[in-house]
Amino acid sequence: MKLLTGNDLKDGRVTWWTGSGWSLHVEDAVDVGEKGEAILAAEEGARRVNAPYVIDAIATPEGPRPAHIKDRIRALGPTVRPDLTLKPADPAAGEWVI
Amino acid sequence: MYRYDQYDQAIVDARVAEFSDQVARRLAGEISEDEFKPLRLTNGLYLQLHAYMLRVAIPYGTMDSRQMRMLAHIARTYDRGYGHFTTRQNIQYNWIKLEDSPAILADLASVEMHAIQTSGNCIRNISSDQFAGAAADEVADPRVWAEMLRQWSTFHPEFSYLPRKFKIAVIAADEDRAAMRLHDIGIQLVTQDGVVGARVFVGGGMGRTPMVAPEIVPFVRREDFLATMEACLRVYNRHGRRDNIYKARIKILVHDLGAAEYARQVEEELVAVKALGIDPPAAEWERIERFFAMPEGLAPKASLALDGKAGSAFAHWRARNTRPHKVAGHVSVTISLKPVGGIPGDATAEQIDVMADLAQRYSHDELRVTHSQNIVLPHVAESDLPAIYDALVAAELADANIDLVSDIIACPGLDYCSLANARSIPVAQKIAQRFADAERQRDIGELKLKISGCINACGHHHAGHIGILGVDRKGTENYQLLLGGSGAEDASLGKIMGPGFDEDGVVDAVEKVVERYRTLRSDGERFLDTYRRVGMEPFKEAVYG
Repeated sequence: MKLLTGNDLKDGRVTWWTGSGWSLHVEDAVDVGEKGEAILAAEEGARRVNAPYVIDAIATPEGPRPAHIKDRIRALGPTVRPDLTLKPADPAAGEWVI
Repeated sequence: MYRYDQYDQAIVDARVAEFSDQVARRLAGEISEDEFKPLRLTNGLYLQLHAYMLRVAIPYGTMDSRQMRMLAHIARTYDRGYGHFTTRQNIQYNWIKLEDSPAILADLASVEMHAIQTSGNCIRNISSDQFAGAAADEVADPRVWAEMLRQWSTFHPEFSYLPRKFKIAVIAADEDRAAMRLHDIGIQLVTQDGVVGARVFVGGGMGRTPMVAPEIVPFVRREDFLATMEACLRVYNRHGRRDNIYKARIKILVHDLGAAEYARQVEEELVAVKALGIDPPAAEWERIERFFAMPEGLAPKASLALDGKAGSAFAHWRARNTRPHKVAGHVSVTISLKPVGGIPGDATAEQIDVMADLAQRYSHDELRVTHSQNIVLPHVAESDLPAIYDALVAAELADANIDLVSDIIACPGLDYCSLANARSIPVAQKIAQRFADAERQRDIGELKLKISGCINACGHHHAGHIGILGVDRKGTENYQLLLGGSGAEDASLGKIMGPGFDEDGVVDAVEKVVERYRTLRSDGERFLDTYRRVGMEPFKEAVYG
């Protein structure tokens, strides 16, 4: 599957295309198939997201898992600061990245 | 230390106003990211993995307590409570919001700071010896020359769009504490017939193609200093490889031309530059020198006796983290930002405030950032050391590990950086934990370990006695081990040992290398000395069998 991701213009936070908008949570991301470029162009026009790009991901029961470690770190947060990730209450969350 | 005059303040304030307008237009959708990106980068604002990152310039790593407290204020108010001190003696914040960036730059400007020229293909922050003005072995204070370079290079219209970024370091002693010869231009102040001048090295650097800079000009008097710098940059600006980003640094030009031919072209250009009369008069040099005079009231004192504390934690810290000052009874204190298991170079807002308080109370209101990502209190009376140590213990800043195996330089790596291929910080943490035993570290002695998460080498892995380079191997992190590098006066580039390792494997490999060193070393030999004597083979054998 393919996901569309970028960084929010105002605060730079990582965002994922949900089919109707953008979410901070990769679990909400949808498969954009071959439509990534078209969505990307429209959203760039709206100036809502910076540097959007399409990535490969794998569908899992827990939701999409980006194929590359860089995008998994983007999705969760820095592995060395669990308190600053999107799942600060889950000390094992970093294992999803590795 | 240097204080802004009306011109400095005016140009920084004008830049804040200009950037505030640019941010407002970007947020309003009036300009695109393609249009905005070069504008934000010119003001040190990057877009990294999780947020915007702001890199704040700390000229030659020197600050007062007022400025240090502002760094804490920014960490607390606009970021997530901490900052990251870098190998360029700057500080970076990892969680900045674009909409906050004008307010941050305005706050910085209120204490004579900014983020100008911390990115882009221009002359970056000038770095220097963290013990400048305090070291007994210096021939002059290198910050005077560094400040002259700062003023010359700030908004220099001819050098705002160089082929690539450009880094300059200035030192003034034979001991190189600033990795001078691994810079685009490295300057060592020396004396000739009683006159202080600059020995100029050009074409060093790390990154994809590491090189140690050759000497280009053996001695430049201060009357010709800026003209010589201008000539060096002009030759580069004219012939640097703008067609290929990987060959665009000046080191490639100097290498391809040959040092002798590059020096000849600089000499030829110098004739034209001298006619412009850009070098300041003696009175301006003297004005700048006065800013860097020894602090008032810093007079010789009696040395501090240990009073039965030999072998104590304080004694170990004093032995490891202080070095003699040029004024008797004083030392320079290096505060380690490398707690075992911590993130190299990170400090919380509270810790930054503590260091500012200590500087104000005990170090004539001065601090320095080191290229090794630590903080220095340059002018401390030995009699104040116990009080400083107690305050550092309370702030969890009292690790006695300067230049030991756990005093690791590490770039932010893939945990934060969009350029990185692998994580650096977890590797640094695991190595520090593996060697956590303080007695073992002391027995190993000086060992400079440096880790980069990609070939750009922000973690100086080429210059590590032991260097680690993280690479991406088919989507998996892999770590190469290098041995034999040095950023000191005996500058050398590390050599890759062999096939790479995974994260745990490289930690094991480092331990095997260190243990082999302990069996091979002769009396007084550092790791680097032993490596240079016996070569790579015994270490390869220890690691790969």
